[in-house]
Amino acid sequence: MNFQELMLKLLNFWGEKGCLIMEPYDVEKGAGTMNPHTFLRALGPEPWRVVYVEPSRRPADARYGENPNRVYQHHQLQVILKPSPDNIQDLYLESLKAIGIDPIKHDIRFVEDNWEAPTLGAWGLGWEVWLDGMEITQFTYFQQVGGINCDLESGEITYGLERIAMYLQDVDNVFDIKWNDNITYRDIFAKAEYEHSVYSFEKADISVLNNLFNIYENEANKILEQGLVLPAYDYVLKCSHTFNVLDARGAISVSERTNFIARVRNLAKNIASMYIKQREEMEFPLLQKAGEMND
Amino acid sequence: MTRRYFLEIGVEELPARFIDDALVQLKNNFENTMNENRIKYEAISTFQSPRRLAIDLIGLESRGESEEVIVKGPAKRIAFDQDNNPTRALEGFMKGQNVKLEDIYFDTVNNEEYVFVKKINEGRLLEDVLKDSIANNIRNITFPKSMRWGGKNIKFARPIRWIVSLLDDEIMEFDFEGITVSNVTRGHRFLGSQNIVITEIGQYKELMRQNYVIVDPQERKDTIKYNSQRLAREKGGNVLRDDELLNEVTNLVEYPTPIMGRIKDEYLNLPFDVVVTPMRDHLRFFPCVDDKNRLLPYFITIRNGDDRFIDTVIKGNEKVLGARLEDARFFYNEDIKYPLETYVEKLKRLTFQEKLGTMYDKTIRIQRLSGKIADYLEVGEETKKNILRASYLSKADLVTKMVTEFTELQGKMGMEYAEKSGENKIVSQAIFEQYLPRFAQDNLPTTTAGAILSIADKLDSICGLFAIGIQPTGSQDPFALRRGALGIINIIIDKKLNVSLKDMIDFSLYIYIEENSLACDFNKVRSEIFDFFMARVKNMLTEQRIKHDVVDAIISTGTDNIYDIVIRAEKIVNWLKGEEAQKTIVSFDRLTALSQKATSSNVVRNLLSVDELELYDAYNKIEDKVNTYINKKEYDKALDLLGYLSDPINRYLDNVMVMVDDDNIRNNRLALIKLIRDKSLDICDLSLIQI
Repeated sequence: MNFQELMLKLLNFWGEKGCLIMEPYDVEKGAGTMNPHTFLRALGPEPWRVVYVEPSRRPADARYGENPNRVYQHHQLQVILKPSPDNIQDLYLESLKAIGIDPIKHDIRFVEDNWEAPTLGAWGLGWEVWLDGMEITQFTYFQQVGGINCDLESGEITYGLERIAMYLQDVDNVFDIKWNDNITYRDIFAKAEYEHSVYSFEKADISVLNNLFNIYENEANKILEQGLVLPAYDYVLKCSHTFNVLDARGAISVSERTNFIARVRNLAKNIASMYIKQREEMEFPLLQKAGEMND
Repeated sequence: MTRRYFLEIGVEELPARFIDDALVQLKNNFENTMNENRIKYEAISTFQSPRRLAIDLIGLESRGESEEVIVKGPAKRIAFDQDNNPTRALEGFMKGQNVKLEDIYFDTVNNEEYVFVKKINEGRLLEDVLKDSIANNIRNITFPKSMRWGGKNIKFARPIRWIVSLLDDEIMEFDFEGITVSNVTRGHRFLGSQNIVITEIGQYKELMRQNYVIVDPQERKDTIKYNSQRLAREKGGNVLRDDELLNEVTNLVEYPTPIMGRIKDEYLNLPFDVVVTPMRDHLRFFPCVDDKNRLLPYFITIRNGDDRFIDTVIKGNEKVLGARLEDARFFYNEDIKYPLETYVEKLKRLTFQEKLGTMYDKTIRIQRLSGKIADYLEVGEETKKNILRASYLSKADLVTKMVTEFTELQGKMGMEYAEKSGENKIVSQAIFEQYLPRFAQDNLPTTTAGAILSIADKLDSICGLFAIGIQPTGSQDPFALRRGALGIINIIIDKKLNVSLKDMIDFSLYIYIEENSLACDFNKVRSEIFDFFMARVKNMLTEQRIKHDVVDAIISTGTDNIYDIVIRAEKIVNWLKGEEAQKTIVSFDRLTALSQKATSSNVVRNLLSVDELELYDAYNKIEDKVNTYINKKEYDKALDLLGYLSDPINRYLDNVMVMVDDDNIRNNRLALIKLIRDKSLDICDLSLIQI
């Protein structure tokens, strides 16, 4: 199964289970959780079901395209089921069958893993799912997002697409993954991996990035005061990514690090509170559609 | 006919480390319910797997025993009015207890007559007790981390998905947040039925086995152990014993099948721990070793299932291990590109504690502190040189790629890399030994350099954190300071180090003041640290069955030499078994009060009368010998000698009037008393020993 078939099968599978099939969000980010379709929608009592692929940038994981397992940007396939249905694990296992992984023929385990995202003020409990010893999915029941307890807990399923594809295609190097039958991961991403590595580790202008961080942060605060939650959140994502580049560049000392994280978390928390307040004023419009979201 | 109750809580995969404790809590909760309601039972058994906690109560009485209770009411004189009619006080009491006038009687308590009533509390029906308690017995199970799900008002480690509740094979329903309570359970996720009806409680274990769930954890563990070892023996090796991992894996699977995979030979050249750590920590694999504990190119992993399609599973696991070991090899090869020394500078980017600076700052402090201790102990130039070098390199491995990835390899990689960098054996060994002992009963440092470095590292943490007010409280001890203090104490005893604890604390605190410009209430902090250590010393001695009073008798003398305290305790316990001990203690105790009135212990011989000279001369005769024994730490022999003074002391106090009017004579007599008592205090305060 090539990479795009893998994505499409999972998107379709969850689409049929009542998930909205969405496109990635167009601001750079480190994980699918940071997409507002997850971060904001996980807040408050409104039900929500969504699936999307999220290209996720982790500058510190960049390896110039030379490491078989680590890349600057990988692809997460993110599913949010809010509230989490009782049979969520069964649905997940069914999705594995849909991509040709028959649990009977493998060893599939749910191994304790507790997820925490300090910059988002978010945490949850769950598992990493092992396929014959390899972690292929992160499975989390959100407990807190933006520092706010979840009224209605979301189940989050995050597939590591590259890992799964490497397994299905039996290749040892991520760059050997076939995207379609002719074009490989290498053909598409090798140059980007190299250039982003050079940039993140060697060329990123530290003072420019520091300035950018401050500018983004100010702008986020300013527009949040005017009640514009989503534009403000875009700038939080930019802050977060800028911080990640600075961190990869080795430009952040230990004490500064804590400080940076606290600044981003602060913004995220304010945005989360404002979002809930606004949805409440709107009388949580999706509550009425609760019935239609269930399969 | 006795009854039987069975409960199974069906959950999504519980964290392995929570299962055993949760099961104990479940059992305790039901035991308490039955005891509180006086319902007798024959036995309770429990079962578990990652997806279920179950309890089976056998031989239950169908009703609790009734009990007689006596309730005290108002005093008789306020219970009746002048006409001998019940007052409101009595009527209120009778109403409250639901009794009539003819049920009450009187009894006298403290010379006052009171109203009493005897009542029979009927035992409750088992059904009623269960209905009221099952939900709470589940809810009251607590976990280190728990969660909510699906908007339900319960917290549990992972979502509860089904409940089986059976009283004598019939469903015993109760309300539990909308979760189905029935007689239907689920088998192994992939191999068993997901709709198993339990018609007979006694069949549970067998029924589950047929559905690929072994609900007895001991049986799972034995299967893993036996079959793993069998596989290893086939290759002429053994499974590397690891009880912690075995326990964890037992609670990760419902139907264990050990399988064996291969490790590529190329990875076996890496250091032992570099290969074993990723296997154990990331993959929960068991390594195989030969008779000399060398790694064999095989691993064992435990599949949750049977042996069908086993080749696919083995191949997958081999692939994952390959990627992990490739990572480890990459980290190792990257790390050894530079000598260990070059990593020290990078410690400036690693925080030890926000207010106490970086790991680099800690390194510098440890180096100064261990140097100071080395001088104090007069270890010699060569050893001191090694200690200083090992101290400088002690934390360098923390910023290597390998330790960043596998923190538990700290010290081990430091040793490995130090050797690779051409450091001498003593230095590299000391780098490893700084972390010893890592847990109770762990090995202690073998080298002097390792012992001193270990003490310096731990003492630096203790002193620094106390100085900024982060000392352990209750169960909170994030820097493991208690373990650190106990480690220091054990090293001091093991290495027979004669050091003043107070001096050592001062060394460390001074270094903080000089290096970190640390400001704190110096006297308060040092005495807090001293008390912290002494509390551990006392604990340790009482655990060795040395009585409190003996420990207090030693510590109250103000001694701060831990090694010496331990020896004294041993010797004094020994001496106490002797015949003269009791008499000696009694006579010396007679000196206690008077000696406190003394201002000096300078005795002027000319002022002593004939009666007094006996004691003074007797003392002078033994003084030198006593001192010699004390210096040789032969405290029992010193006490034996002091015992010769018992009779002279008693005669003195019987015959001589100490508190006379003449100042000179009185002070001289008090001085003699103080002189003798003070000598005993060089060993212990005999007045504190209970006889």
